[in-house]
Amino acid sequence: MASCKYDWPPPGERSLIGKRIKRLDGPEKASGRAKYTYDINPSGLLFAKIYRSPCAHAKITGIDTSEAEKMPGVKTVLAVMGVGDETHWVGDEIVCVAAESEEIATDALSKIKVQFQELPFFVNEENLDQAGDHAKPASTKTKGDASKAFSDPDVVTSEGYYGIAAITHCCLEAHGNVAQWTGNNLLTHSSTQNVPGLPSQFGDSLRKQGVDVSDKNVETICNYIGGGFGSKFGTDEWGIHVAQLAHKAGRPVKLMLERDMELEGAGARPSAFANIKVAAQKDGTLVAWDSKSWGSGGFPGAGMPPLPYVLTGIPNITTQHTSISTNAGPARAWRAPDHPQAAALTLCALDDLAAKLNMDPIEFLSKNADLSARGNVYREEMKIGAQLSDWQKNWHPRGDKTSGTVKRGMGVSIHTWGGAGHPSSCGVNIYPDGSVEVNMGSQDLGTGTRTVIGIVAAETFGLPLEAVKVNIGDSKYPADSASGGSTTVGGVSASTRRGSVDARDQLFEVVAPSLGVKPEQLVAVGGYIQAKDDPSKKLSWKEACAKLQVKPIQALGRNLPRGMSPCKLNDSGVGGCTIADVSVDTETGLIKINKMVAVQDCGLIIDLKTAESQCYGALIMGVTYALFEEKIMDRITGRMLNNNMEFYKLAGIGDVGDLVVHMMTGPGYDERGTIGLGEPPVISPGAAISNAVANAIGVRVPTIPLTPDKVLAALEKGGMA
Amino acid sequence: MRKKKTKPPQDGFSRRDFLKGAGITVSTSLLPMPGTAAARPEGSSEVLGPNPVPITLSINGAARSLKVEPRVTLLDALRNQLDITGAKKVCDRGVCGACTVILDGRAVYACNVLAVEAEGHKIETIEGLGTEEHLHPVMAAFVDNDAQQCGFCTPGFVVACKAFLDKHPNPTLADVEHGLGGNLCRCGTYAGVREAVLEAAKTLKGGHANG
Repeated sequence: MASCKYDWPPPGERSLIGKRIKRLDGPEKASGRAKYTYDINPSGLLFAKIYRSPCAHAKITGIDTSEAEKMPGVKTVLAVMGVGDETHWVGDEIVCVAAESEEIATDALSKIKVQFQELPFFVNEENLDQAGDHAKPASTKTKGDASKAFSDPDVVTSEGYYGIAAITHCCLEAHGNVAQWTGNNLLTHSSTQNVPGLPSQFGDSLRKQGVDVSDKNVETICNYIGGGFGSKFGTDEWGIHVAQLAHKAGRPVKLMLERDMELEGAGARPSAFANIKVAAQKDGTLVAWDSKSWGSGGFPGAGMPPLPYVLTGIPNITTQHTSISTNAGPARAWRAPDHPQAAALTLCALDDLAAKLNMDPIEFLSKNADLSARGNVYREEMKIGAQLSDWQKNWHPRGDKTSGTVKRGMGVSIHTWGGAGHPSSCGVNIYPDGSVEVNMGSQDLGTGTRTVIGIVAAETFGLPLEAVKVNIGDSKYPADSASGGSTTVGGVSASTRRGSVDARDQLFEVVAPSLGVKPEQLVAVGGYIQAKDDPSKKLSWKEACAKLQVKPIQALGRNLPRGMSPCKLNDSGVGGCTIADVSVDTETGLIKINKMVAVQDCGLIIDLKTAESQCYGALIMGVTYALFEEKIMDRITGRMLNNNMEFYKLAGIGDVGDLVVHMMTGPGYDERGTIGLGEPPVISPGAAISNAVANAIGVRVPTIPLTPDKVLAALEKGGMA
Repeated sequence: MRKKKTKPPQDGFSRRDFLKGAGITVSTSLLPMPGTAAARPEGSSEVLGPNPVPITLSINGAARSLKVEPRVTLLDALRNQLDITGAKKVCDRGVCGACTVILDGRAVYACNVLAVEAEGHKIETIEGLGTEEHLHPVMAAFVDNDAQQCGFCTPGFVVACKAFLDKHPNPTLADVEHGLGGNLCRCGTYAGVREAVLEAAKTLKGGHANG
């Protein structure tokens, strides 16, 4: 491959890239000084609340807001639905109120009177038979001749029912915005994964509501966001409403969702259920797959797990998926959309087949790994995972045969993700006083984006990280893209590298004459600009920048779409594996996590510390959805029964066991450039834990979350109880 | 066809709905905290509200005067009236710990304390423990061990950890998992938090300087 001036520095010349570096905004966050949207309190602020539908499906027959409007302290009332409109889930927005205090806004809601004509609804999609008109065929796939392959007398076939419940995003900072108008200019503080995209979304939607504003007059700021996980890409209806309320009231307005609405309506990960049949030859070679799957992401239905997952090269395949619309809050992208469900369905079904074949599942997956896009990566990763989890010592054929009521088991799963860098632009400024500024209309979800940008710039300039000022979180800066699908690190690292190299080369041009060398002979290293071959010819960074006199350097770097540049700064496509070690109390059904191991590749790692944190976090989120999380809908009332954090359980610090993370780095990985990491490690824990439980108790608990009642029910059916 | 009038959705019984509009009786017995300084003489009681009442809170060593309705939580008073925003509002029902503050040396959920109840007590928030430039050793340990991602739960964790270490200066890992079980994180930073608490325990005893 032709070399390119933007290429990453070779391994021996990296002073920051790939090291464990503390996140740039750590002190601001740890000291409580970081200002999130929820913390923005401009003077004259009004507080908004929303009157929501209490019915899962109903037609509005009357709305009376007059009493609320007359209340002292209520500034603006905005009905966003009218008589004749239909609500489709509990929590649908009907009337918004802005008042002088949260308390007055809450009181005002109780004065609003809405009449409903209730309509039939459906909320329990696991019961496919009862879905009726709510179920729609979504896709079918056929490859080879599955029915012929299954009828071969020499194959071993395993059949089972598998599933994974709908869960919520449960961002700790609820969705919301603070909207402020100055004339025709709108400033929003928004809890968003999409700083550069929001102004045009606000502009579009507000113009449709008759508000006179152009996109260029909208500025969105999000310096810190308290969790997104795929649920915060848009203004949302409530974002438009708060801008309308602020416009009407002539005062800034804050609207953050209440916790019940955050869980009911601000995003769900679709459920997935499937009857799966899978067959292999007696030596473990996979030959056939058949799945009939269904699931729902609420209203109006979404989600379709890619089946079979990872091992897509199985020669004979039939699949059929049904999408169900329920009267629950709409689905949104949830960290690795559709993949955790696909892993839970596929890797559990394959694990049951391996058990039937009396094979170690790592041996079984390794044997079939070439049915995936990266067999060698998976084999290498599972080998490392096995070592880190003491697999050889702790794994046993299905069913822990030791005495005692607590059974121990091991499980494995593998996963894949793309993670190509998104379009990104980056402004890099070098000032005559030696200061360096990197400006980008991006956002840091807590993944370490701010730190990655700083490291790439500092590395390029040969400066310490502290010497670079990173400004993100404001749409006025050169536009990056939304942070979703693990596309951010590839995008921002490439645009920052390109902008920084261009800025550095401009500085070389300026200082070369005074050092008596050609610009291309210069390097920036260790705080100096010096001649490559004669380090005695050098200027300190500050001295070099002083040569700029009064004219700062301003460069703009862009991450070009793949194929448009000879530089190999980023790539896509990763594999990873997760191993779970669990103990199951067969008397109570309680599962205890002993240890979780994640082995993950993501190309070139910019900051090893925050990369590892992503994987630790993914393991913990994985434990949470494997054991606790479920959006429980009441079929009688259509309401979410656990719309609070008391009953919508998140794992606590004592629930997660020992955590081990191994990042694949070095030759074979580094030279691919940067690849996204946010999604992949969260995909496998559900399947790995379910498989470990099956290995412990000798029977499959069919659906995730693996709650004690389900464990006991599975044991009753035929486990080791 | 059935028509019905409905109220806005509520998550069942709520403390503040119960107190709302009826006025509230504050007595020292409302605070089950032995050895705390009481604003009013033992056994006395006084009916407050429902309209805003003037109170003075001692926050990070400073007296702050404000008027609050008796139903307003300490958390809402800090955030909405005093612009002290380090304590976060997340679950708003005493489950997640994101709003943890220290009241007379004890970690409490600020969403579970009424502002009027907090009068006469010493309130410490994350803002009182340290600054970005001068990190408290617990904050420094959180930074060093990357015990934070989005950071929204972090101030609550740091405050809870500080109060925990004040009482348990030599914790084992099991102690940490028990003592900080009242704080929840969504990004999954517990691996870092475990390390951070153990490191901070060492630093606070002079084990090594970090902060």
